[in-house]
Amino acid sequence: MTLVDLRDPSSFPTRRVEAWKYTDLRRWLRETPPTSGEASVEPGGPFAALGGEERAFVNGRCEGVPRIVAEGVVDAPMRLRFVSTEAGAGHQATVQVEVAADGALTLLESHEGRAADYVSNIALNISVGDGARLTRIVLADDAEDAIALSRADVRLGAGATYNQTLIATGAKLQRLETRVAHPGQGASVRMDGLYLLADARHADLTSVVSHQGRDGVTSQLAKGVVRDTARGVFQGKIVVERGADGTDARMGHHALILSERGEVDAKPELVIYADEVSCAHGNTVGALDERALFYMQQRGIPADEARALLTQAFLIEVVDRIDHEGAREAVREWLTARL
Amino acid sequence: MLSISNLHVTVGDKPILKGLTLDVPAGEVHAVMGPNGAGKSTLGYALTGRPGYEATQGAAFWRGEDLLALDPAERAARGVFLSFQYPMEIPGVPALTFIRTALNAQKRARGEEEVSAPAFLKQVRAAATALKMDFDMLKRPLNVGFSGGEKKRMEILQMALLEPSLLILDETDSGLDIDALRIVSEGVNALRSTERSMLVITHYQRLLDYIKPDRVHVLAGGRIVASGGPELALELEAEGYDKFLPAAA
Repeated sequence: MTLVDLRDPSSFPTRRVEAWKYTDLRRWLRETPPTSGEASVEPGGPFAALGGEERAFVNGRCEGVPRIVAEGVVDAPMRLRFVSTEAGAGHQATVQVEVAADGALTLLESHEGRAADYVSNIALNISVGDGARLTRIVLADDAEDAIALSRADVRLGAGATYNQTLIATGAKLQRLETRVAHPGQGASVRMDGLYLLADARHADLTSVVSHQGRDGVTSQLAKGVVRDTARGVFQGKIVVERGADGTDARMGHHALILSERGEVDAKPELVIYADEVSCAHGNTVGALDERALFYMQQRGIPADEARALLTQAFLIEVVDRIDHEGAREAVREWLTARL
Repeated sequence: MLSISNLHVTVGDKPILKGLTLDVPAGEVHAVMGPNGAGKSTLGYALTGRPGYEATQGAAFWRGEDLLALDPAERAARGVFLSFQYPMEIPGVPALTFIRTALNAQKRARGEEEVSAPAFLKQVRAAATALKMDFDMLKRPLNVGFSGGEKKRMEILQMALLEPSLLILDETDSGLDIDALRIVSEGVNALRSTERSMLVITHYQRLLDYIKPDRVHVLAGGRIVASGGPELALELEAEGYDKFLPAAA
């Protein structure tokens, strides 16, 4: 297991490390970057209209203890913002998120690039107690020449629910990594992702979900669209350990490449050591259907508009699975504006 | 009027239409009949600008405008509508969204005001009722999981709402049972007017019992080899296309 620490260049993986095969950090980052300075930002961010409490990390720093705790059922969303404001500098932060037994929390997380060429390294340690529920929506909107790494380690109690949707637009290197352990019985995970990449951007959605308890459910759907010379990476791994009988795991990754030089690297893996499980996975990478495009143009829809409509229709399935209505609509609008 | 002269079209590198000449005056319905492989569908695609169907010679004018110089959406905005033999499924785009997007795109291209959502819904309800279509079907992604008959009705519904001036029906009767054929034909006949021209492309005479043509043309070997009144369709039904094939070869 590789944990990147910006203070220690020996922790920067090369592509010879299997989990970083498609995202060669060492190629772009060889030394510890200068440390980002203190800064402040106005309250806001892409989820501001949804209200709730805001915790902002600006250049890796926040006021108070970097810890979010939900004791009971919290109705208002918690907006967690990671804002990078200094060019040519780097920062990292580690945040604890705890949802107590039978609690519930919606975490709306935004990664906001407000400068060029920064390095951001975020770690979340998340625990969701027995019977508790956490919805995490991440809008990763980094600068095109930034290096942005994020990693969430999630531990689920028995009967816990964890619903995650990552929306990535890439960066020079952008990686959103999630590791979920289902040690308890009957936990449920939705592990979705979406990438929409243009120019030379790179986004990497990497996840490992391991089922150790019985009767766990994992449903994963990732969809991506790449244009120009962009590169999308999907590495999804679901491990069903010995004894995790009754596991139901489904993984799908589907991507569209809209240019000659776009690239998608997909590595779906199901590793099963238990006997009585139900598992399935599907992976497709293709182009927009030219016949559908012509059909739409024949009805009067100009080619660019037809492409945008088909692209949105392709991606929206992921957005539709977001269970928080306000967040779902915010993401839909955000996405539509970028098509 | 539609005026096609000496049209040559290649698909890939293969010549399919080899000097097709045909005029359809305003307000008339012309049938184009022919054996399989004669180039019937190619004619529909060439007139609507499908990529890969390249006009290498000749001309096609609609109301005095050079169709071949326009992209497919521009042709649609000028009133050219192709009812597809196999309408496409468009996953993720509800039929209502699709048709309204198309209608407003055409209106924008013509410099007209876009239609409001309430006015559009009213029009759709009326058109769907006339075609005996379930309105809820229009909330589903366009044509996804629809039967062949439902897809053809959806084509006619789009036609009724987009109000094209040149209708090209490509094998509209294929995949339809008699009841569906009657409903679809009634939908087409309701659109007949002195302002519209229609080109009905069909292999079988059956459709022409329902949509009565003013003129019938035989397409064989990439050209029009015979033209006549409605009686020509009956003659073809009785005698087949054989007598036109040597001429084409």
